[in-house]
Amino acid sequence: MEKKVIFKGWALPLALLLPQLVITGIFFFWPAGQAVYQSFLREDAFGLSRQFVGFENFADVLSDPTWLDALWRTGFFSASVAFLALSVALFLAVQADKHIRGANAYKTLLIWPYAVAPAIAAVLWLFMFHPNIGLFGRMLNGMGIPWNYKLNGDQAMLLIILASAWKQVSYNFIFFLAGLQSIPRSVLEAAAIDGARPARRFWTVVFPLLSPTAFFLLVVNLVYAFFDTFGVIHALTQGGPGKATETLIYRVYTDGVMNLNLGSSAAQSVILMILVIALTMVQFRFIERKVHY
Amino acid sequence: MPGPMSLQAPDVDALARRTRARQRREALLTHASLVVGVLIFAFPIYLTLIGSTHDVNTIGRGDVPLLPGGEAMANYSQAWSAGGGRYMGVPAAGMLLNSLVMALLITLGKIAISLTSAYAVVFFRFPFRMLAFWLIFITLMLPVEVRIIPTFQVMVDLKLTNSMAGLTVPLIASATATLLFRQFFLTIPDEYVEAAKIDGAGPLRFFKDVVLPLSVTNIAALFVILFIYGWNQYLWPLLIVNDRSLETIVVGLTKMIGGGDAQNEWNVIMATAVFALLPPVAVVVLMQRWFVKGLTETEK
Repeated sequence: MEKKVIFKGWALPLALLLPQLVITGIFFFWPAGQAVYQSFLREDAFGLSRQFVGFENFADVLSDPTWLDALWRTGFFSASVAFLALSVALFLAVQADKHIRGANAYKTLLIWPYAVAPAIAAVLWLFMFHPNIGLFGRMLNGMGIPWNYKLNGDQAMLLIILASAWKQVSYNFIFFLAGLQSIPRSVLEAAAIDGARPARRFWTVVFPLLSPTAFFLLVVNLVYAFFDTFGVIHALTQGGPGKATETLIYRVYTDGVMNLNLGSSAAQSVILMILVIALTMVQFRFIERKVHY
Repeated sequence: MPGPMSLQAPDVDALARRTRARQRREALLTHASLVVGVLIFAFPIYLTLIGSTHDVNTIGRGDVPLLPGGEAMANYSQAWSAGGGRYMGVPAAGMLLNSLVMALLITLGKIAISLTSAYAVVFFRFPFRMLAFWLIFITLMLPVEVRIIPTFQVMVDLKLTNSMAGLTVPLIASATATLLFRQFFLTIPDEYVEAAKIDGAGPLRFFKDVVLPLSVTNIAALFVILFIYGWNQYLWPLLIVNDRSLETIVVGLTKMIGGGDAQNEWNVIMATAVFALLPPVAVVVLMQRWFVKGLTETEK
């Protein structure tokens, strides 16, 4: 879509665009280019010399069993977070969309967690599930279930999944509710008159009409679980115990910032960039489709 | 002859009663599910509030109380002016100020440069216009997380580490805000521009007197989302700042926890957590209408 009536000149629009372009140039494209460039280089241990090594960094990363473990772990983590956050949000949105008293109060009480930073969500969950001082942590231990997420990798994973999903539900809830409210009442009434019970009405009428929203949210949630949960992991488990909660992003951080392994970190960054680009393209292809339908 | 009709006719009252009873049951179930949902989200906060009102030993012993204690004033004032944690405590007051300045600079910066970029792209024709638009758009695909090390090197080269400018300027570029304003500007009728031109108003005048006033709701909506985004930054401040006078509250809070020892001053940590939560939650709750609108419209 283009405007027909426009202003003349090119100096002013360029000046208006300049701040944004300068910032993206310096802080986005230059570093991204550097990441690609560094991913083909290797530095010696003292950072004195560099040499071009072709795709060796990529080959090393992709054949490193610990990286592949992190890849699998990230997949499991992201799928769990997305599934949990989406299903709980959908359930609550369906309830809040009904004509009941106090619907608006429920909505407010369900959307505020959007404001909670992932790292703070982690702190709240840590305080509940700390093995010595946490209410639930102590309860579990008291019931004879040995609970210590600092020693047990599976429990650590469970905790970061719960904290990450908890924070994301409100976001999904807002979108599901908006989706539900855009479904015409007449369609639901027609289904009800035809004798469809509520459960059947949901799965054959409501859910298909919500599927574009659900698909969009799935992509957003995967991106969230991949990138934005860094704060949760850093605050709660620091990737541990061992490497039990080390996701791909956390690993880029440890390899680059802690271990200063620049070539490998850069190669991992480039792989992640490709992943983000793929996810974004999926998302936009879907949006194009939605426009036509 | 006893047909179905004659059987149903006297039952209308009973049927209506049964329907009403069923509707009541369903409403009750709906309320129950929503209350459970609300509790799942409120309980962690409740526990945090409770934790912030007890003394350090009560929590350290592991006797997690479910009712408020009497130490609230002491804990909050310690958190506010001295900080907690056994390592270098940083007062929450300073960290809150840093977070506030950072969030506001990021928010206002993003809104300002996105407004001007979208205006340039929509209301002018000039060489490389679409290239510029795509360059901004592509940044969606380059989150900080995938270019950590090289971005950090750029910051070091430009001597921007440990500065408020370093914390904020690189985060000011915004593809989403530019996209939103572009979409909105495209809906402004051509007649407005024509009228402005006939009246002799130039592009800057038109921007100030027509486009800006029309954009107020969109700006308010974006403000909420971007403020939350700015306030909740984590990885970026963690990388860029190690001068503790520039610590933001979200990062500062997790540093207080360290490895999560039971001996931490949990009461002060929980008071700090409440400080860290209050501003963004207040913004979302108070500006709920704009927030929901902004969220569902920017991400479409």
